[in-house]
Amino acid sequence: MGEIRFMKGNEALAEAAIRAGMQGYFGYPITPQSEVIEYLAAEKPNHNYTLLQAESEVASINMVYGGAAAGSRVMTTTSSPGYSLMQEGVSYIACAELPCVIANIARGGPGLGTIQPGQGDYFQAVKGGGHGDYRLIVLAPNSVQEMVDFTILGFDLADKYRTPVLVLSDGAIGQMMEKVVLPEPKQYNPDKPWATTGKTHDRERNYITSLYIQSEHMEKKNIELQKKFDLIEKNEIRYEEYKTEDAEVIIVAYGVTSRSSKKVVDLAREGGIKMGLLRPITLWPFPKERISELAASDRVKSFFSVEMSAGQMVEDVKLAVNGKKPTYFYGRTGGIIPTPEEIIDFIKTKV
Amino acid sequence: MKEGYEVIYKKPKTLTDNRMHYCPGCIHGIVHKIFMELIEEMDLQERTVGVCPVGCSVFAYDYMNVDMQEAAHGRAGAVATAVKRMLPDRIVFSYQGDGDLAAIGTAETIHACNRGENFLFIFINNGIYGMTGGQMAPTTLNLQKTTTSPYGRETKDSGAAIKMTEIVKDLEGVAYAARVSCNTPANVRKTKRILKRALEIQEQDLGTQFVEVVSNCPSGWRCTPVESMEWIKDKSIPYYPLGVFKEPGK
Repeated sequence: MGEIRFMKGNEALAEAAIRAGMQGYFGYPITPQSEVIEYLAAEKPNHNYTLLQAESEVASINMVYGGAAAGSRVMTTTSSPGYSLMQEGVSYIACAELPCVIANIARGGPGLGTIQPGQGDYFQAVKGGGHGDYRLIVLAPNSVQEMVDFTILGFDLADKYRTPVLVLSDGAIGQMMEKVVLPEPKQYNPDKPWATTGKTHDRERNYITSLYIQSEHMEKKNIELQKKFDLIEKNEIRYEEYKTEDAEVIIVAYGVTSRSSKKVVDLAREGGIKMGLLRPITLWPFPKERISELAASDRVKSFFSVEMSAGQMVEDVKLAVNGKKPTYFYGRTGGIIPTPEEIIDFIKTKV
Repeated sequence: MKEGYEVIYKKPKTLTDNRMHYCPGCIHGIVHKIFMELIEEMDLQERTVGVCPVGCSVFAYDYMNVDMQEAAHGRAGAVATAVKRMLPDRIVFSYQGDGDLAAIGTAETIHACNRGENFLFIFINNGIYGMTGGQMAPTTLNLQKTTTSPYGRETKDSGAAIKMTEIVKDLEGVAYAARVSCNTPANVRKTKRILKRALEIQEQDLGTQFVEVVSNCPSGWRCTPVESMEWIKDKSIPYYPLGVFKEPGK
């Protein structure tokens, strides 16, 4: 049994990073995630990590590149506009196969947008974001406890596959307070023979690069990367189901919207509609096979993707449903979290 | 070795055997060699980590036989910052051109210097974008012709050529700032001495070391290697004066 605390999502994420043995943090203040760097700054005297407030998100992500390539367990956190600035660096990190954790405590956009929570960064998170063919493992917490669990899991998956992991949360989960159980701190002993730590006499020089100027070399690298992404897709799909066993209507929702949607399931069942919730935990790899399976069942009549966006994840839901059943979308933007009542009112117009 | 022959001159073990892609007459090759000689002579190979840029020296990791990272365009200052912070007992350097360090990466350069990050910036300033085919850089001299200033750079339009060493020397975090060239054998020897001094200052953890090398680009400047060395003497150095601009504690 770990330590029980009452914490804000962002602070819980920061504490989890410390307990995961994070060695370096590089970040830039942006609402609604600044508590992460503030917490780490306050806790620094009690621990042994490097903390640097960078001059920009561009610098932060490139510091993550340098720190990861030097063999350290490193992290940055930001919110939507800041994450946009990081995209070039994320692409380099993915190609150079460097393990790190990035958290996007998303807010409403586009543009400078709002500091209220949003899920409009789904496309950016799961379809690439930066240039070139790459994927990130994208973990979507829906509670303060999962901010802890997925930060720790994120570091381990990053090391396991030598790939960047994105924790895609939102301003609601980042700002709210809940009870959390914190695990015991881990001793981190990396085994990274590829890291650039100084060429000792017993090995060739190590170099970290994302440059493959000859077409054949670049294609070979891409094939290797795609093999790795296939392996991740095979091993790492995570999702949660709620009352789907007998459900005729399936809501698909992640993050804070999955909490409203869970309530919707209960309300619907009180009114006689057999509803269930499928919550993707990994947005990439997406639980498409499970959704396909549900879509193939005679019992299931329709799907609803509920998001704080103008309709993003719904595209992946539709791909998985593949025309077998009607798939609807309900979303709010601008930082507005849809209420269970408005979601169920919308669903009633369709079923 | 053939009988009767002896080795009187050789490249250091800290340079690989890979054939360099640099154009004939380019100063990159000289700086690579003298810097890697220093790494060997000072016995630093085992604990040196370098960061190369986007630009002509993007492949520096193919030639320098030390652990290296290839950074995104302009971000070597940020990358090297993290390497040194995570591995404070290593010797860390960034090796960047003027487009990289003084245009797209200006913020990373200034802020690494301002924080006094304890690594060495080796700044190769040839006043042009060489890799992309000879476009104007922030360091291109007034009236100098390039592919994007075909009638000569106009200061009123593009600003005056930026003097990075003069800018960073006044930042408190910078311990050592110098400008050198490699246009003559004497200047090559002087450059080596200054790079050695910079590495000694890094060992003493006194602050950022910044060494600008006034360089050439025979291909981009559309001239012969010899003419490019003349240009450095007649045009570049009068605008970019050589010397040590800052010593630790001064």
